[in-house]
Amino acid sequence: MTTTTLTHDEAHHHEAPQGWRRWLFSTNHKDIGTLYLLFALIMLFLGGASAMLIRMELFQPGIQLIDPDLYNNLVTNHALIMIFGGVMPAAAGLANWMIPMMIGAPDMALPRMNNLSFWVLPAAATMLILSFVIPFFPGGGTQINTGWTIYPPLSLQVGMSMDFLIFAIHLLGISSVLASINIIVTLLNMRAPGMTLLKMPMFCWTWLVTAFLLILVIPVLAGGVTMLLFDRHFGTSFFDAAGGGDPVLFQHLFWFFGHPEVYILLLPSIGVLSHVIPTFARKPLFGYKSMVGAMLAVATIGMVVWAHHQYTVGMSLGAVTYFMIGTILISIPVGLMVFNFIATMWRGAMTFETPMLFAVSIVLMFTFGGLSGVMLAVVPADMQYHDSMFVVAHFHYVLMPGAVFGLFAGVFYWLPKWTGHMYDEKLGKIFFWTNVISFNITFFPQHFLGLAGMPRRIVDYNVMFTEFNVISSIGAMVFGLSHLLLLYIVIKTIRGGKKAENRPWEGAKGLEWELESPPAFHTWTTAPQIK
Amino acid sequence: MIQPEAKPTKPHGSPNLKHSLNGALLITLPLLTGEAMAEYGLNFPEPAAGVAREIYDIHMLTMTIATVLLIIVFAFVFYSLYFHRKSRGYPADQDFHNSWFGNWSWVIVPVLVLGVDLTIAGKADAVLKSVWDVPKEKNIMDVKVTGHQWWWEFDYLDHGIKVESRFMPREQSGDLYLREVDNRLVLPTGTKIRFLHTSADVLHAFWVPELAVKKDAIPGYVTETWAELTREGVFRGQCAEICGTWHSRMPIVVESVSPERFAAWTGEQQAIKVAAAAEASTDKTWSMDELLSKGKALYETKCAACHQVNGMGLPPAFPALNGSAITNGPIADHLHIVLNGKPDTAMQPWGSLNDLEIAAIVTYERNTWDNKTGDVVQPVAVKQAR
Repeated sequence: MTTTTLTHDEAHHHEAPQGWRRWLFSTNHKDIGTLYLLFALIMLFLGGASAMLIRMELFQPGIQLIDPDLYNNLVTNHALIMIFGGVMPAAAGLANWMIPMMIGAPDMALPRMNNLSFWVLPAAATMLILSFVIPFFPGGGTQINTGWTIYPPLSLQVGMSMDFLIFAIHLLGISSVLASINIIVTLLNMRAPGMTLLKMPMFCWTWLVTAFLLILVIPVLAGGVTMLLFDRHFGTSFFDAAGGGDPVLFQHLFWFFGHPEVYILLLPSIGVLSHVIPTFARKPLFGYKSMVGAMLAVATIGMVVWAHHQYTVGMSLGAVTYFMIGTILISIPVGLMVFNFIATMWRGAMTFETPMLFAVSIVLMFTFGGLSGVMLAVVPADMQYHDSMFVVAHFHYVLMPGAVFGLFAGVFYWLPKWTGHMYDEKLGKIFFWTNVISFNITFFPQHFLGLAGMPRRIVDYNVMFTEFNVISSIGAMVFGLSHLLLLYIVIKTIRGGKKAENRPWEGAKGLEWELESPPAFHTWTTAPQIK
Repeated sequence: MIQPEAKPTKPHGSPNLKHSLNGALLITLPLLTGEAMAEYGLNFPEPAAGVAREIYDIHMLTMTIATVLLIIVFAFVFYSLYFHRKSRGYPADQDFHNSWFGNWSWVIVPVLVLGVDLTIAGKADAVLKSVWDVPKEKNIMDVKVTGHQWWWEFDYLDHGIKVESRFMPREQSGDLYLREVDNRLVLPTGTKIRFLHTSADVLHAFWVPELAVKKDAIPGYVTETWAELTREGVFRGQCAEICGTWHSRMPIVVESVSPERFAAWTGEQQAIKVAAAAEASTDKTWSMDELLSKGKALYETKCAACHQVNGMGLPPAFPALNGSAITNGPIADHLHIVLNGKPDTAMQPWGSLNDLEIAAIVTYERNTWDNKTGDVVQPVAVKQAR
């Protein structure tokens, strides 16, 4: 294949810039994917550190380490950093790396916009971090003590930090929408000849749906926070009852974004599982079409059940009944997805490398989190669960396994392809077991705290809640620190290791495995033909 | 009137449900014995209202269904993990997804899940109506619950009584710290009570697990819930919606008493109220010392949570009063901010206090710490400033 003319030709048209210019001016999907993943990794550690501070404070009753406003500020920032800085960019990083290689395209459809959608993120992260630190400077105003939901009127009381946060949300939203447009255009236009939509790899399907969800809901959040900005500075009263506004309106706008956001975080990981489980079970994904259908159903129903986050605001009986039944019905497509994963494992010839270990643990723990979700959907019972630690336990059980562990599985699965080196399997397994066990020690006891009456987002608690908080905090320290091992494994793999074959996993199928490991700077410059 | 703590008793839900739940918990938490579970509070406390009982039962039903489903899923996964592995030489069945089961599972599974969903939704819907609809009875007792940063105000609309309920410092509450208040919400048993929830500033949420009542307090809204207490006792809850700095310091304590004791209590409270009003409305000119001693007590209950006992506040959220321009400036400005609050901050209007109380607080603030204005503000001045 490699002839002198071709090399010359490529060098002429695509001078690969070196040094910082390679990254800042990059239009290459692989480099941008790497940037996204590195960014997400940094944010993961920032968000993790804030979570560890939260759990340290909650280790014992009383206020020991941090004052209440800083505590609430950390709670707010932990969520925003993890969601917008950690999970979404990591998923976008996987998409950038894998989608062109999976569909046989030379790059993303809009490479310059790809560059922009990444480079907006560091600016957004700066704004987000500023919103956290500005109150520590003289004249910096009060801290953001609202939680990530930034409900008015409390968010109207906060100082200038809230304005930084609002602009950070705008920038993050712009980044997500640009990335989504790029992904949709790429998937709809640049598939290799013969790859019909129903032959498209599942990871691409999940991202297609995710991208549409993002474009539908991000503008609603942007509108909501802009109205908040106007209420704060320009004398409007969208959310101020004294001026004829409605504080609950903000909650509807927020959760119209916020609930689909849950599926935005979840679906890319479902896509990863749809590759990992068939690979290590050595048989095809069970129910490809029903998986696609289930995903479309989840996305559709997920768009119209947002108010189950606000059962206690005083909606009418008819409204809560609708939202309850709608929410419970989501268990049908989600149940079908879980079923398909189990049926893929069933009668397979399984081996348990690190990606597969994560995948199996996701199936189990996500089912658990999903079932406590059904409990929460039941309005009368939610009168008790709402805003208690039970909710905290529930959403960490869906978001950690459902989103983050899925991304870990993807990283371990594709790391040999990206770096050309096998990761250290033994360390990978140690990471998996410490991670998953400490995760359960952290979050399982929080169910009991919630049922016993401990509200969420409190800096100090009565002695009756001590035992489970101690267990949870110890788990959280181990859980947080275990991610240093992930960092070590990734760095070690980048720097060297056993040479990875083109198809390092015996059961792996798909176009990306036909490329060498690591792949050339430009791949699939000639589109493959799909039979 | 403080009653001894009611001993927590084991919930008496349907025995089968309880048994299977305890079994499931024992599997997951092998270190804890049955006795320890009761001690640590692994489940909702024993309901103390009719609706709370129904909610408890639906909670147990959905949790049992969830546990059973979880066991089924785990059983299949672990069976597969054990038998369908390469190391055992199991050959992958490449056509499993093309079998009749593979072709029809997309119908079978949703139908099964739908069956479970309808079971849960049907049960929940029946309970929901009784939770949501406040009984339309003429003589229902109304209690208006107003959330403030960071205390609760309970207005007994039928009795003309108001109770201000604040958390108690650790020295006074001991092991009940953050679960004990200075003035409890006293309610009669066997009476249908309607709670009307609203807020004076930001969002709060009234939550007492034994009553299974949780509703957001929203400024500009009045939301309603109801309860009929089935037993006497002391039931503790907390504010459930984040409301700023001291969200953790908004406990709610319901003291459930017999209607007779409740009647006695209301009589007592009304008498206190009449006496206070009489005291405030006399034309008496109050001395500095009288106002200072009244003012100190009032300041430390109502103002010190934000502005601190030492008057230094917690800047930037809560400004210091010691040496501030307001407490050392014109009296009229000082009265204005106390009576009307400051928009878009946590400073709320205190106009609901009587003239004497306001006068005492303002006098205290102007003559304590390093503030030495020497001003004695009389109730008459407050009346004029309103």
